[in-house]
Amino acid sequence: MIDWIIMLLMISSSIFILLAAIGVLRLPDLLTRMHASTKAGALGITLMMVAASFHFFESVVVAKSLAVIIFILITAPIAAHAIGRAGYFVGVPVWTKTVKDELINCYDPESHRLLSGLETEEELEAYRQNLDYKPRIRVTTKEKND
Amino acid sequence: MQFVIYFSFATMSLAMVIIFIRLVIGPTLPDRVVALELLASVIVAMIGAYAIYTDTSSFIDVAIVAALTAFLAAIGFARFLERGGPRDD
Repeated sequence: MIDWIIMLLMISSSIFILLAAIGVLRLPDLLTRMHASTKAGALGITLMMVAASFHFFESVVVAKSLAVIIFILITAPIAAHAIGRAGYFVGVPVWTKTVKDELINCYDPESHRLLSGLETEEELEAYRQNLDYKPRIRVTTKEKND
Repeated sequence: MQFVIYFSFATMSLAMVIIFIRLVIGPTLPDRVVALELLASVIVAMIGAYAIYTDTSSFIDVAIVAALTAFLAAIGFARFLERGGPRDD
């Protein structure tokens, strides 16, 4: 019984990894390639580690496999974010059918700081004077009465 | 069981070949970094399959270390690109 579960997990893991590889090869630009590699790759590692913990079925191995899974689930989005941000600043060309680029006027190319587009004029002026200035976060325009 | 392990080894090796093609032809450096990161993910999964194949649970530790170094390499490349190091695509 448990052999069948392990076989199912291993087969689905390797097929997800193959799908990630095909996506990295076939998709048109950097962001879509990251979309393929991050999610399908993390799911492949997760399934393989679950298969390993079913195979050994000791508490030590289960804890180690769980550590690998949690580590992958934490670090894969962080690495993808860092690479995507770096690619945006480097100027990697996006796909020609891309509909929208919402960051196009919001990033300062000098200091790599993200502006929201809602800053007032004196906030922008204080920002230009002092690059360490952190603008306050404006949560909502409505007043809370209760 | 044995057949399934061989099948997953073969599938992951095919995935590594495909990722290597992207690593070679990738038009820009961030594309290559994405391919390298996915290659490290495949290696981690392959270590898991090898631990099942040899029935040795110590290989899970190797998987932890491989995942750690892959993450550090990706972050290092991203910082390097963002600080504007010399780039030769």
